[in-house]
Order: sequence, then structure tokens, then C-alpha cells
Amino acid sequence: MSRLTIENMKVEFPSRRGSVVAAQEVGLELASGEILGIVGESGAGKSTIANAVMGLLEPPGIMPEGRVYLEGERIDNLPYERMRKIRGKRIGMIFQDPLTSLNPLQTIEEQLTETIMAHLPVKEAEAKRRAIDLLSQVGIPDPEIRVKHYPHQFSGGMRQRVVIALSLCAEPDVILADEPTTALDVSIQAQILDLMRKLVKESGVGMIIITHDMGVISDVSDRVMVMYRGKVVETGPTRKILSDPDHPYTKSLISAVPRPDKRMNRFPLVEYIEEAGVPSKPLDIKTHWLGQSRDFVKDHQGPLVSVKDLAMRFTTVRSMLPSKRKYLNAVDGVSFDIENGEVFGLVGESGSGKSTVARLICGIYQPFAGEIFFDGTELTSLGSRIAVNKYRRQMQMIFQDPFSSLNGRMRVRDIVAEPIRFHKLASSRSEVKAIVNDLLDHVGLGAMAGPKFPHEFSGGQRQRISIARALATRPRFLICDEPTSALDVSIQAQILNLLKDLQEELGLTMLFISHDLPVIRQVCDRVGVMRNGKLVEVAETETLFEMPKSDYSKHLLDLMPRLQGL
Amino acid sequence: MIVGDFWKRFFDSDLWWSFKSSPVVVIATIVTVVIIFSSVFAPFIAPFNPFDLAQIDLMASLKPPAWMEGGELQYLFGTDDQGRDMLSTILYGSRVSLLVGFLSVIFAMIIGIAAGLVAGYSGGWVDAVLMRIADVQLSFPAILIALLVDGVARGLLPNNSHETVAVYVLIVAIALSFWVQFARTVRSSTMVERTKEYVQAAQVIGLPAPLILFRHILPNVMGPVLVIATIQLALAIIIEATLSFLGVGVPPTSPSLGTLIRIGNDYLFSGEWWITVFPGLALVILVLAVNLLGDWLRDALNPKLR
Repeated sequence: MSRLTIENMKVEFPSRRGSVVAAQEVGLELASGEILGIVGESGAGKSTIANAVMGLLEPPGIMPEGRVYLEGERIDNLPYERMRKIRGKRIGMIFQDPLTSLNPLQTIEEQLTETIMAHLPVKEAEAKRRAIDLLSQVGIPDPEIRVKHYPHQFSGGMRQRVVIALSLCAEPDVILADEPTTALDVSIQAQILDLMRKLVKESGVGMIIITHDMGVISDVSDRVMVMYRGKVVETGPTRKILSDPDHPYTKSLISAVPRPDKRMNRFPLVEYIEEAGVPSKPLDIKTHWLGQSRDFVKDHQGPLVSVKDLAMRFTTVRSMLPSKRKYLNAVDGVSFDIENGEVFGLVGESGSGKSTVARLICGIYQPFAGEIFFDGTELTSLGSRIAVNKYRRQMQMIFQDPFSSLNGRMRVRDIVAEPIRFHKLASSRSEVKAIVNDLLDHVGLGAMAGPKFPHEFSGGQRQRISIARALATRPRFLICDEPTSALDVSIQAQILNLLKDLQEELGLTMLFISHDLPVIRQVCDRVGVMRNGKLVEVAETETLFEMPKSDYSKHLLDLMPRLQGL
Repeated sequence: MIVGDFWKRFFDSDLWWSFKSSPVVVIATIVTVVIIFSSVFAPFIAPFNPFDLAQIDLMASLKPPAWMEGGELQYLFGTDDQGRDMLSTILYGSRVSLLVGFLSVIFAMIIGIAAGLVAGYSGGWVDAVLMRIADVQLSFPAILIALLVDGVARGLLPNNSHETVAVYVLIVAIALSFWVQFARTVRSSTMVERTKEYVQAAQVIGLPAPLILFRHILPNVMGPVLVIATIQLALAIIIEATLSFLGVGVPPTSPSLGTLIRIGNDYLFSGEWWITVFPGLALVILVLAVNLLGDWLRDALNPKLR
């Protein structure tokens, strides 16, 4: 008998303008010791299914159709109290963020024993013994000592192990894991996935893993269910789905995953996703506004951007006495050149200082030491803002988070027009309007987007707005700070395609920052690897990926997730 | 042509739509408008002029409302201890209250928002200095500040001018004690907003700090400010009453709503409840209506909530 069965589930969110169907015609069976992956992009209805199974749909969500069986017993129509007893005891749950799913004021022991005693008929001493057992089961060293610790004393990966222990402690039949490794670094992700797989096979529970990440799916799951817009498009064994998908959506989803093993010119097949936008016609750079009047183009030979011994430190401990002050060296003696027309990548783990370098170059932070040259002119010694602005205008930045990088109180057309108006790049209001519409068109949004507000757009569309704004000053140098890491893979592929097209058309020079090595491989010409504020290695992209010189680069490359079956 | 265009756009806008679709807001607006209108045009509406000593009949003092035994139709809400018609006094009194309330809150808002924006955006010593001033300010009760301002004003201004400037002294005094709330709120919101990427994007464009503050940050921190403003408006009207009681505020010959409530307080236990209750009701209705309006305005001006 299957652990968990869902038949023809439909979930709706009624609202003023008709109800939104979050999931429909969803059916699945989960066997003992099986891991089923549910994959899909944001808004596909993956988490909705998990919440509906748990009976925890957020109001006003309802499940008007469908049945859920746990071990053959129907659970979707149970009264609240009985469902509450099933949650946690018979269905365990693992959430995305291990920090917020643990209580920071209780020791691990308190949290584990409390949960064990709530669900199993055991005495406190027995519960404590079990807690220690569980910790060693999930691979935490010295469980007798660690059990007395508080959550903040554990690293992110260790915390997620504790969360897994918590979900296991009532010996559940089914575990639902909602993006269990999304908040973790790649190296830790691999360990956690191994652990989950081992536990499932040993104990025979059924596990559903919800993720947007094809790499996770290929690592851990036995079967995959692909969801798109609330519907199941395809279900099958992982190998089969990854290597030979039937549905066009699955095909485009897989083709959108950046390949770590070879460089491709563009991402193919990503047009299935409807927001792909109108492909803009190639523009003639000689006559188009974007190509005109690059003010003060000097006949400068050599690199467009050059950074010498750049350093930046943040004060971590303030003091009146200079000797008592403590600093964090965010960037420590970084030097590199970016040639005209080149895409230079910076890669490194979080906290390696790559974003700080970007913010130093475009003037958000002031460097503590070092020099920044743009087109042969040293920028840090230029005193007045007006003198610097002339150069700053030629470099623009695209930010990571499309939800906070646009002012939610301004209309899209005003956001894009702002740099044009401020720098007086157009002579009349109608000209500004024409340019804005043209820019919006060019990033695949269309002029209809102008009068709307940013929140009316999805993450990918917002990133397009960001790109339009960055292009509005007619920059020669574009800094992209993790421009796609907040986006779904198919959207990421579209945005990367767009950036690539623009770069080629306009002859832009780019600094591309990412922690994602496959993306770096697809986009960059040369790459710098950063660690703890220092530049470890600079090499041609292909050289770095084929023959990394430094040990750290090798280590990073080893951690890169590889899709099996491609 | 341009005017017609404006109205067409206005009736087409989301703001008007959200206004129409909430009956509570429509009622609150009507009430507010009626109160403001009737206080502004009090001389034309009110049956008596309570400030005109010739019209006051001491024999008619402490008359109950018209529908009670002993009440007279010409004194609809009764009369106070000096024989002034309550309805007329409320209409005239709400002029003073509204003037003091609105002006002092607007004044406090301007100081507070400016200080909060600058402190939150620049940080460092500017922030420290501004916020310590605010702390010091907070440790003085509003009344003390008002007394101080009043004392200084009396010292600086010629003797006989006091009656005419009394209202403005009050406004300055209340504003000076209220700006801290605005400054604190705006500062903390600004500190959150300043780290967001849209502010960095504006910096990359090259916008100077004042432009970033007013065009980008200010609209994003105004939400809580509007709500505080409506609460402060009610508080300002009440503080004005307290100050008038202490002799710092408006002279008793031209009473405000607050003064009326206080006068009535003395008669509350001897059965003349109407002197306190009617001005009190007027105050409650006004404050409630303004509060509801402020609450709605906060949500309606946020494009995300439309």
C-alpha cells in the first residue's frame, strides 16, 4: 500500500475577481522508501500541494475537489483537532530556512524532547536518549554535547540536520520537504541530500521533495513530478524525465539549466514560458538612440576599466581609540583589468567580497585604498560629484533582487525615464517618452508596461525593467550583480539571453558577478575567483573550467552540481 | 480644457475607485468636510455669535437641550453657564480646534520628516546629534515646552498683542513637542529603505542625496507618517484644551472645543451634562473621521495594496 495518495486535488484561492486556481487535477502515489520530487517554477503550485496535504492552506485557500489518503486512510476531511495530531506525528515537515524553523531560545534537546513527548508515549529520560540517537542519526558529531547547544551555535547545514532530526522524531510515515536545501551553500546541500536519501532508504518513510532546482532532483529523487501553472505536466522516473522528457515544458525547463560542462551561445528552447516577451528586432546601432552620442569617447588604448590594489574595510567594533577598533577587510588588494567589449566574471561564495567590488567601482562605496580607472581616468581622486558623474553615467548596474531594486511607488516609465531626465539626455518630453517606450520594447516588455507599477510584474519582468533603466544612460560599462540568482531557471535563461544580445549589439563591456559557476561559464569571457576579499585566480573562462590553477578554484569546481542523464 | 482633463483623469484613477468602493471612507469624508465647512462658515450658520457679549443672555444660562423639559427650541443643544448657545459655541469652538490641530500637526510633520530623513539617511554623527536632541525633547512634557514657548513669546512681543498671537504660540508649542514622533518613525523607516537596492540604483544614476531622499525614500516612508498624523491631530486638539485651561492657550472669551469640555466638566455632576457631552461628541466624531481617512489614505497611496 502506498504511503500517501492524492487523487484529483484542486486548490482554489477565491478572491474578488474570481477565484485563482493554484493547483488542479493533481494526483500522486508515494511508496515506502521512495523519494518523489516535485519540480516547477515559482507559482507552479508545488508548495500549495504540500500545504493542502497538511491541511494548512493559507486563507482564503480551499480544496474543493480531491482526496488525500495517508496509509489508505482518508485525511483531507478530518476535523481540525484530529488533523493536528497527524501533523508532526505522521507527516513530518522540513522547511526552507533552518534558522527560522528552530526556536532560538530553546536548546536542541528541549525542542527535540518536547516534540518526542508530544507525539510518543515515552518518559522524559527516554525522550532525551532518543534525541541523542536522532542527532547521531542525522550525522551530528558529539551528539551528547551538541544536544545541549542553542540553534545559533550550529552552522546552517548543521541546523538543517537538526530540523531533519525534528521531523523524524515522531517516526512519521511521510516527510514533506519544501525547498530543504535552497538556503544552503552548494557543498552543504550535497551532504544534506545524501543524508535525506540515506534516512529514507533506512527507515522506509516516503518523502516528497519540493524544489525548483533540477540539480537537487537529479541528486536525490527516484521519481519526478513536473508542475506548470498548477497542473502536473509529466510524472516519471528521474532518469527518464531528465534525459528524455515528453512534454515541451519539461524540455524547455531542462534546456534552460545552465550547463556546467560546455559553453553554449544561447539558451535554446526557452520560449515555451509565456512571459518570454516579444523578440525585439535587431537594431542598427549607428542610427539608434542607444548608440548615439557616447559623450567624450576618448581614443584611450588599453582596458576600459582597471582596478589597482582596491581595498575596502567595514568597521565591526567601534571605539574612540584607534587601537581598539576592529575591521572586516571586505576587499583586500584586488587588481584586475577589463578590456573593452569583454565580459569579465567575478565568482566566489557569499561573503567573498565580489559585490563590494562592484559597489566600489560604481561609487556606492568609497574605497579605503586603491585606484579605479575608467577609460584611463582615475575616479577616486576626482573630487566633485559633478566631475565624477560624467564617468559614472557611463557605468550602470543591474542588481540582484528585482523586488527591491525598483522603487515601488514610481511608475515604470518614470523609473526608466529618471536617468534620462536627470542627465538631460533628451531635449523634450516627447523625446523622453519615445526613448522610454523604445527601451521597454527593446528589453521585451513593450510600451504597455510604462504606466504600470513594478509590483504588477513578475521577477523576470522586473529584471527587464532594471535592464531598461540601466541602459537609459547609454552606458558603455554594465555591472551585473547576481542578476539572475533570484529568478527561476527558465527566466534566468531568458534574461541571460537578453543580456548577451544587448552586449553584442551595443558592444557593452560587462562585469558579471555570480556565485553560480555554470552561469559564469555561459556568460563570461574571463573570470576572477574571489575568496575572503582577495582575488585568488584570474583566467580565461574555458581555462579556468578545464585547468584550474589554484586549489580553491578546484574545490569550487568540484562542488558544482552536475545533472546526471543529460 | 486642462481642468476638464484633470477631472477626467481623477475620476478614472485608482484613488477615486478605491474611495468609491469603501462606504466607511465616503461617510468619513462627508463628516470631515461637513465639520470643516460648518466651522469655517460658522458666522453664517450659527444661530448666535457666542463671542458677541450683546447676544449673551445670562438669564438663559444652563438651559437643557431643546427636547428636554425646560429646553427652548432656539437653544437646540442647550446653553452653558454663561448663557451661550451650545450649538453656536461648538461651531465657533471647532474653528480654533481645527486651526490649532491641523497647523500644528503639519508644522510638526515638516520638521519631523526633514529631521528623520536626514538622520536616517546620513547616519553617523548627524544621526546621533539629531536623535539626542529628540531624546531631550521627549523628556519634556508637551505642556512644559508650550509654557516655555509662551513665556518667551510674551517676553518678546508687545504686551497687548498677546491675545491675537495666542493661537500661533499654541501651534508652535504643540508642533515643537510633536515633531519627535515623526522624526523617530521616519528615521527608522529611512534606515530600512536606504539599504534597499533601488536607492543604490539611484546613487548609481548619480542623483544627489536630496533628490534621492525626496523622490525615492520619502514616498516609501510616508505610510506610517499619515497614520501618526491623524492620531497626533486628535492629541493636538486635546493638548490645546489642556493648555487653554492653564491659561497659556486661547483666551476663555473665545473658547475652543477643548475649553468647552473642560468648562462642562464642572457641571457634569450637577446634571448639566450637555455642556461636556456635545463638544465631546463633536471632538470624537471629528477625530474618528480624520483617523479613518488617514488609514484609508495610507493604503490607497500604496500601489501594492490596490
